[in-house]
Amino acid sequence: MHITRIAAVVLRQFYLIRGSVSRLVPLFIWVAIDIVLWGFMTKYLNTVTSSGFNFVPVLLGAVLLWDFFTRVMHGVTMAFLEDVWSRNFLNMFASPISIFEYLAGLVASSVFTSAIGLVVMLLLATAAFGLSFFAYGMALVGFLMILFIFGIALGIVGCTLVLRLGPSAEWFVWPIPALLSPFAGVFYPVTTLPGWMQMIAYSMPPSYVFEGVRAIVTGKAFAPSSLITGALLAMVYVVIAAMFFMRVYRQAVRTGLIARYSAESLS
Amino acid sequence: MSILSVTNLRKSYGTTVAVDGISFSVAPREIVGLLGPNGAGKTTTINMLLGVLAPSAGVIRIDGHDLATERRQALSRTNFAAVYAPLPGNLTVAQNLRIFGMLYGVANLARRIDELLEQFELGGFRDTKCGVLSSGEQTRVCLAKAMLNTPMLLLLDEPTASLDPSTALDVRTKIRRSTASGVGGVLWTSHNMYEVEEVCDRVLFLSHGRVLLEGNPRTLPSEHGKATLEELFITVAREPLALER
Repeated sequence: MHITRIAAVVLRQFYLIRGSVSRLVPLFIWVAIDIVLWGFMTKYLNTVTSSGFNFVPVLLGAVLLWDFFTRVMHGVTMAFLEDVWSRNFLNMFASPISIFEYLAGLVASSVFTSAIGLVVMLLLATAAFGLSFFAYGMALVGFLMILFIFGIALGIVGCTLVLRLGPSAEWFVWPIPALLSPFAGVFYPVTTLPGWMQMIAYSMPPSYVFEGVRAIVTGKAFAPSSLITGALLAMVYVVIAAMFFMRVYRQAVRTGLIARYSAESLS
Repeated sequence: MSILSVTNLRKSYGTTVAVDGISFSVAPREIVGLLGPNGAGKTTTINMLLGVLAPSAGVIRIDGHDLATERRQALSRTNFAAVYAPLPGNLTVAQNLRIFGMLYGVANLARRIDELLEQFELGGFRDTKCGVLSSGEQTRVCLAKAMLNTPMLLLLDEPTASLDPSTALDVRTKIRRSTASGVGGVLWTSHNMYEVEEVCDRVLFLSHGRVLLEGNPRTLPSEHGKATLEELFITVAREPLALER
């Protein structure tokens, strides 16, 4: 691993974002809209229920964490798609950069872009709707780490799909978080789901995060071991995703796909 | 020692053979022309030399490093410019050069970028996005990128295809001078036989994935009963069997 080559991939992303409003604004506008929408929703729910239950840390907190996960995944995929859109594969992969350095660059780019979204969400949720992250305690760090690692894994899977199937496959990539959300138990306990969906839910790291969030804010027992399970699962997924990418990349080098890859030649 | 040594290089896709066991080398300070009609295997060969296409068989050594096992060392001594590989149009000239300079591990990068901007007369376009440059200006940016790491092996795939005759002459002169004064070698593909005759020390004619002819571009036509290199090229394209070695 050579840090300068990884930094080159990040710098490229920084230049692109700095020089383009259409790249900068989406980093925070959609998550900000989500926070505003769900912020008012939780406020309204707090007024119509008589139980005195505070929906803010459960629902708004869950939306914030899910949006963070989505931003991480999209951060990896977007950095990769910039090479697709600018037909830069030949220049990039004919340079001395290794495929692991390239992936590390995509991940580091995502840290930078998802952090912008996270900061905006935290400021908005705290200032406008009184969401206090102290309610989650130190577990918040674990929650964010699990979602970050799993977001990276899914981002790499998204890159792999586009590499294998061509530029038009990006439309498979954007809805992946939405497809997973019913299983992740973002807004409801996993036990609400039918048995077969629960099995899928427990194979996904985010379900451990959202079960943990609900347990902490409702004062129920929260086993730190579930966080460890979620973290281990997320790490396994990252390794599998990286292996999947490597396999498809090697196949692309063998078949000549990398050399021929362009938005025009593949659809 | 050769800058580039290619031994029994072969690439096949199923039963289709694109490159059929070719061997050649490029010596220090030598410019070798890789010629042939469309589909002869030139771009496939260049893609294999760039490490973006895996050979079915054969060995590629760049400045002594085996591309298959020492990819990073081999590619850090290589660079290329090709008409079909423009630099990202959404970045400025300076940004592109900085990013590729970092990828190639160029020392004193800021100074090197200044030198290349001056050498390729791109100073006025430093902060211009590559996508809005004319095709000739984009070609000069690609050439500047190709020279960033002062490569031992420079691969140029039709480098002057989109340049006007005057700029093309300048580019040829620059590359000839830098090759003559440096230690590296150049592999150059072109369909402009006048250019090839002027620039190349030696040429390889590819046909159906094999090296059909090899020699000095200024004497090769007469050795095969042709008046010009262009005439020889046409014969290679239309009647390769007449020239089988």
